[in-house]
Amino acid sequence: MEPAWVALGLSLKVALWATGIDLVLGVAAGLALARWRFPGRELVDSILLLPMVLPPTVLGYYLLVVIGRRGWLGGWLERSFGINLIFTWQGAVIAAAIVAFPFVCKSARAAFENVDGQLEQAARVLGLGAAAVFFRVTLPLAWRGILAGVLLAFARALGEFGATLMVAGSIPGKTQTLSIAVYEAVQAGQDELANGLVLLTSATCVVILLLAGRLAGPRIPGRA
Amino acid sequence: MTRLARTIRRALPALALALAAAPAMATDLTVSAAASLTNAFKDIATAFEAANPETRVQLNVGASGALLQQMAKGAPVDVFASADQETMLQAEQQQLVRPGAKADFAGNALVVVVPHDAPAPPKTLADLAGPAVKKVAIGLPASVPVGRYTRAVLEKANLWAPIEARLVGAQTVRQALDYVARGEVDAGFVYATDASILPGKVKIAFVVPTETPVVYPIAALAAAPNPAAARKFVAFVLSPAGQAVLAKHGFAKP
Repeated sequence: MEPAWVALGLSLKVALWATGIDLVLGVAAGLALARWRFPGRELVDSILLLPMVLPPTVLGYYLLVVIGRRGWLGGWLERSFGINLIFTWQGAVIAAAIVAFPFVCKSARAAFENVDGQLEQAARVLGLGAAAVFFRVTLPLAWRGILAGVLLAFARALGEFGATLMVAGSIPGKTQTLSIAVYEAVQAGQDELANGLVLLTSATCVVILLLAGRLAGPRIPGRA
Repeated sequence: MTRLARTIRRALPALALALAAAPAMATDLTVSAAASLTNAFKDIATAFEAANPETRVQLNVGASGALLQQMAKGAPVDVFASADQETMLQAEQQQLVRPGAKADFAGNALVVVVPHDAPAPPKTLADLAGPAVKKVAIGLPASVPVGRYTRAVLEKANLWAPIEARLVGAQTVRQALDYVARGEVDAGFVYATDASILPGKVKIAFVVPTETPVVYPIAALAAAPNPAAARKFVAFVLSPAGQAVLAKHGFAKP
């Protein structure tokens, strides 16, 4: 069972990093889409939503082409900094972050759009600066909606399989996350290991859902 | 009634007829074949269908080990073509294939390939443990025969331990080939026939002699849904016509 715990740890690490990145980028993108009027806004929104709709293999292929050693970004990274993302856990984080991004972005946009503009105006009238209005009024009001999206993103990142396998491969202890370890155990006919892995995965998901229920429970976080 | 609804209603009988008629016209034959056989078996299936118009071949390719697991879990497969004897032996032990039902039909060679523009390709197995090589793609030994051949060779040369940390496991031999073609790894272990399908992208660095020869067995399954066609297909692969297709794709005689 030891490989299973290693895979679990790796899955959690990848999913946490991916969710953290999505939290920052998704909230920023959601805010921009909710507040700015610019031509092509809905087109941008659709493009940002694409990772949710596209098959993971398509994303995996895009990523290989872009961040691979021969890709324009990957090639530049390697020449300039000696960074290689393919077959690394950081590559898995990028794949998971992209796949889970729409969950944060979409719910953040909806949450910001639901914030009552009069409350922000009142805060401004009372002398708060733009940053203070955002962090003390807008964000607390939108936080519940964002949190729901973040939890969904974390769940999606934890279960990510297709794009991750294409980009990061399946290296035990390095890039072999739980979902990939399950796939491999089944392919190799190691049913005992597969049983352990799926039970562990299921238990982890139940714990996360329970935590999510408590976090996003009836009270409104940020107002306490 | 709207025009759309009328159109749909008129089209329905034709659609139903098409759906019902398709299975009645031909019987399906499911062939699970090792990934390295992909191109050759596509041609063989076409030739077989031309000779047997009543049968339609469904080709299911993958790592031999993964194909075995599908069959072991009850997948309705008629014919199994494996890239190594080990997997076929396991199929026999699990009573998926009757003893004596298998026949060897093709041979292959293990090679090390490098990206076509590799400046200083490795010349020996020992070079793979050198500083110039950072990543090496191999089939996962647990389910991919080419990985099993590779591990045996590396263990024999006492190179498995030094190289293990730089190995990148692939789900099939074709994935290992793709990793090399994209330049994501510095070298990869594949079959000679795989190397020749991407001549502009990979080149063979050297041929690796294997202790166990790479010989492919084929067999009709004991529980084949379509046993008559299964036996016919196996016979076709072993026939001069089938062997000619395999030779065209670079496979050796078994």
